[in-house]
Amino acid sequence: MRSKNKKPKYPVKKSLRRVIEPYLFLSPVVILMCLLLMLPIILVISYSFYDNVLITNDSTWVGLENYKTVLTDRVFLSSIKNTVIFVVLNVVFHLLIGMALALMVNVKCFSSRVKAGFRVVYMLPWMFNATVVAILWKLLLNANGVVNYLLSQFNMIAGPVEWLSDRSIVFWVLTFINIWAGYPFYMISILAGLQGISSDLYEAAQIDGASSVQSFFYITLPQLKPILISIAMLDFIWTTQNFSLIWLLTAGGPSHATEMMSTYVYKTAFTSYQYSQASAAAVIILLACIVLAIFYVRNQTRED
Amino acid sequence: MKTSLAKRILLLAGMVIAALFSGLPVLWLLSSSFKSNRNIFATPPKIIDESFSFDAYIDILTDPEKVRFFFNSYFVAAVVVACTLVIALLAAYSFSRFNFPGKKILNTVIISVQAVPPITLLIPYMVLVVTLKIYDSYPALILTYIVFTLPYAILMLTGYMNTLPKELDEAVLIDGGSRFRALWGVLVPSSVPGLVSVGLYTFFQCWNEYLYALTLTRTNEMRTVPIGIASLMGQYAFEWNQIMAMSILGSLPVIVIVLFFQKYFISGMTAGAVKN
Repeated sequence: MRSKNKKPKYPVKKSLRRVIEPYLFLSPVVILMCLLLMLPIILVISYSFYDNVLITNDSTWVGLENYKTVLTDRVFLSSIKNTVIFVVLNVVFHLLIGMALALMVNVKCFSSRVKAGFRVVYMLPWMFNATVVAILWKLLLNANGVVNYLLSQFNMIAGPVEWLSDRSIVFWVLTFINIWAGYPFYMISILAGLQGISSDLYEAAQIDGASSVQSFFYITLPQLKPILISIAMLDFIWTTQNFSLIWLLTAGGPSHATEMMSTYVYKTAFTSYQYSQASAAAVIILLACIVLAIFYVRNQTRED
Repeated sequence: MKTSLAKRILLLAGMVIAALFSGLPVLWLLSSSFKSNRNIFATPPKIIDESFSFDAYIDILTDPEKVRFFFNSYFVAAVVVACTLVIALLAAYSFSRFNFPGKKILNTVIISVQAVPPITLLIPYMVLVVTLKIYDSYPALILTYIVFTLPYAILMLTGYMNTLPKELDEAVLIDGGSRFRALWGVLVPSSVPGLVSVGLYTFFQCWNEYLYALTLTRTNEMRTVPIGIASLMGQYAFEWNQIMAMSILGSLPVIVIVLFFQKYFISGMTAGAVKN
């Protein structure tokens, strides 16, 4: 590439202009990213080292004091634990359900119209945003709602269950709803990956007498591996940041049973007005996401 | 390869169960939007009962306050899509057609920026928005949304332009045309499918955004559909049928995109994960 650039095919008027040209095209992005990404990140990091930021004019440097406060807060520690369990369960079940549905929709023995119909139905949860998903499940899981009705008809529950306010189950209910809302992304990505696998591979395996289970483990899985890693990492990042669905369904409650790192930051900032502590917690989330991003970036730039 | 009948039946059963898992909740959403509010929790539950009507939809669409939510959402999303596409096009052109010092680093920065959590930027955004006196206004939403839609758009469009032969736009330069003419006259028309994919995905992201719309706006004049729906929940009496009708109306654009532009949308969505 570089040697080609040294001998341009077209006349060049000014070499300086040629040097800065690529940067000119990038300047809008760079300016925006500096003002609306770098600056805010610097701001939030600096807030996290000061006391009483934004509420008073004379806030003082307190070093790591805010981090100490946050990291010894029982609520924040349990929100970290909740977030980790929530994220791991979501990624695992998204992967399993997404894979199962993609394989079913990709099978050859039904007409393509039937498969397209099923594919659209499987994508349904993805067409609704967090607000709608939250409201829909509030309707379904209402004490007088249709889920309780059906379960009691089959004698599976004694009385109406308060799915979203019973401390002992609410976390698992929330996890279930987020799994329901998120698997279509996996299904669609895996389906795109499946369609990219050459059928020659399967035919060769069949000639060699491989069973369909063997083909799956020795052809499908290895071929899908790069895609599976990418989407799982994106999901790790997205689910760690998830705020809206949790906020709308439980707001972290009852009594912090579903508190996540994101809801903790929001509440500390906008209901308790402890911006210093909230900034420290926000920086901790950022650090967690940076660690995840390093893996993601390595994976995305490896072959490029 | 013939699959045995037993296997086919088993497979079909699995597919139907999965379809119920994903489809039934949505069917219930739709059915509730046609009921009267009194019949929402009536037992035994029916998909369609005697109170079937379009009243909830009419109530939503004739209430100027709620129509305003829709206008806001469409307006913000449209402006963000336009801005993101233009800025991303310029950047993608640079990434795809030039070699320059710092290219690799910039590319890595743009990939990693996607991992920055919106909640981390919320407090400084609040400060910036208040300082710039754009709290509770369109610019507050538009500016912050562009930051989150740009990285993906740039990566997508760069990938798309890399598939177009260099001879295409170099011909313009040899004829003495400017870089801008090469970009707008030749590359943009050839990138239409890529632009449609990116545009749809950007629209989708804006349409669904909740956190910033919740915190950076305050009045109903500026609020978007997700906040509008959520605010119906907070009112003194739950008008379940209206909430459901508004949810359906608020999801229509995405449903239309997924159903009618499936090919574009899916390629835009999966490009981040499925790379060649």
